[in-house]
Amino acid sequence: MVALKELTTEELFTSGHRLCAGCGAGTIARMTMKALRGPTVAVNATGCLEVSSTIYPFTSWKIPWIHVAFENTAAVASGIESAYKALAKRNAWDKHVDIIAFAGDGGTFDIGIQALSGALERGHDFLYLCYDNEAYMNTGIQRSGATPHGAATTTSPAGTKIPGKPEFKKDLIGICAAHGIEFAATASPAYWNDYITKVRRGLEVEGPAVIHVFSPCPVGMRFDSEKSIELARLAVQTRYWPVYEVEKGKYKLDIKVPKPKPVVDYLKPQGRFRHLFTPQFQHELDVIQHWVDDNWQRITALCGEA
Amino acid sequence: MGVTMGFTGNEAVAYAAKQSNVDVVAAYPITPQTIMVEAFSEYVHNGEVSSEFICVESEHSAMSACIGASLTGARVFTATSSQGLALMHEMLYIASGLRCPIVMGVANRALSAPINIHGDHSDMMGSRDCGWIQIYAENVQEAYDWVIQAFKIAEHPKVLLPVSVNIDGFILSFLMEGVRVLEDAGVAEFLSVRKPVLTIDPDRPITVGALCLTDYYFEMKRQQVDALQNSSKVIRAINREYESLTGRKYDFIETYGMEDAEAAVLCLGSTAGTAKTVAKNLRNKGRKVGVIKPWVYRPFPEEEIVKAAENLKALAVLDRACSFGAPYSALGSDVGAALYQNGKRLNLFNIVYGLGGRDVTPFDIEAIFKETLKVAETGHVKEPVRFIGVRE
Repeated sequence: MVALKELTTEELFTSGHRLCAGCGAGTIARMTMKALRGPTVAVNATGCLEVSSTIYPFTSWKIPWIHVAFENTAAVASGIESAYKALAKRNAWDKHVDIIAFAGDGGTFDIGIQALSGALERGHDFLYLCYDNEAYMNTGIQRSGATPHGAATTTSPAGTKIPGKPEFKKDLIGICAAHGIEFAATASPAYWNDYITKVRRGLEVEGPAVIHVFSPCPVGMRFDSEKSIELARLAVQTRYWPVYEVEKGKYKLDIKVPKPKPVVDYLKPQGRFRHLFTPQFQHELDVIQHWVDDNWQRITALCGEA
Repeated sequence: MGVTMGFTGNEAVAYAAKQSNVDVVAAYPITPQTIMVEAFSEYVHNGEVSSEFICVESEHSAMSACIGASLTGARVFTATSSQGLALMHEMLYIASGLRCPIVMGVANRALSAPINIHGDHSDMMGSRDCGWIQIYAENVQEAYDWVIQAFKIAEHPKVLLPVSVNIDGFILSFLMEGVRVLEDAGVAEFLSVRKPVLTIDPDRPITVGALCLTDYYFEMKRQQVDALQNSSKVIRAINREYESLTGRKYDFIETYGMEDAEAAVLCLGSTAGTAKTVAKNLRNKGRKVGVIKPWVYRPFPEEEIVKAAENLKALAVLDRACSFGAPYSALGSDVGAALYQNGKRLNLFNIVYGLGGRDVTPFDIEAIFKETLKVAETGHVKEPVRFIGVRE
């Protein structure tokens, strides 16, 4: 854990970007920069954070920042890491550089999962950071493999027959941890200390590390923009978003939630779940509560807490 | 200077990359390029090179990793073919757009469907507008020579563009040939380590790959057009420098018999070798025929081709790829447009041949020459586009 007064006051992710008010990605990017330990390079997948922070000729980044495309952030990071190694071998480079790959859930769960899996398997030394706002928010709220059951998006609308997305969310950290990497963790921007500590840990480990952080999106999840961090906290306090880590295969629950609030407390403020609060579809609320309970049971069992 | 070594086309390309002291190779195997990747892996595992070899999980990631490494300041090489090049397609444009001087060996192969592993130019022709410098080798020696020159061309501060060196799949990729190779020291002297203009350096942070909207995108693309066009001067100078080192002369095009030819064949790659042999036999019989072989396909050697065709009466342009639904295939269109633009009226016809590795024999080429001579004589093109060697 870090003490607030120890954090740098230097802003390496500057204001003036064009992210929406209340966007989790901006807060996450700024907090990530507070966790750096030295020279660092950012690689950014196509997505909200990318398009909003580097509209030419402006940039919000005071560290080297590279965007190549949507699905290949982990592969680009592989190339950068290998280049530094190769340059060091012929004495053309002498600094250690940390590499952070930023990608949204679309760029991670869906189109980018192959490149991510390849890079994790090859063991490149980088931190992969997935900020998960649970849909393709940049293209206007389409469902992704990270969109939760029941959520309405423009490609899983709240129809009269099908109430939002029928499928459930992928277990990203399970997939990443299955590669045998040293450090994988979930986080929430509401728990800044836990998050910053994890980013630092992810940078410290040699080899790949993955952090999966909840990113509230007022526009896509449809809630009031001043309630972003509150929602991020509710996600944890309802056990919807378990905050845990997997270090060398060992699961550890980082935020205990002994007295969970019902998941409806988290769902209710969000317009994307509004249709579930109708007589026709309210049984779906139970389905979601069951999923939350089962998932919590599964994770805490892995953490040896059950 | 140097020695003769026995190499297949793939081995020669890998050996040239090795001698060029590449920093990073990111590649994925695909027939008929696989040996390029295997040969380089052996260099790495036997400690013959200090390069970082990234054994990626796809060609898309291969080119993505190459882009990352190239931006960081490394000398970067990769290789692919066919479906692999098609999978890279998105990244090819980003490599040139971000001005990454990557060198790529391509063992040209047909594109699916139906699946076919043999040689034709459909793969590179499908990506011909990707902003890369594109070179076609006729034989294994040329493949070796062009790869070494390619690094110097690509990394030249006035160019900073990726280069593809193409060899015909199977025909050259697996052909064993005696290749005159330079000493390592000779290559090192010709090709010093890469001196990047901009790098990914935390001491001098830059933003690469920003979002350029309607207010800047077009200017970026216009600069890219200029960069590719202006690379001509650099290519020419490097060809001259390489010639003084090796005695082997390279240029935008190679011509044979064009000083007095009335009828000629224009083609890329290994077919030019067959065409030259057939032309030689026909010339011995007093027929005024010639061959034009573009070495460099992009930037297109418009001036050189127009000049070579100055006294021609008929020209057959051979395409080993098919532009479905187009009046001519790629090479035919380019040559036709170049001649038209320069006010050159010439009886031109386009021949599509050898798709999916269908053999093209000296007899086929002889028939083409005879047809071209007939067109030269009559001044009349019967069929503007013909498919030869196909059962119809």
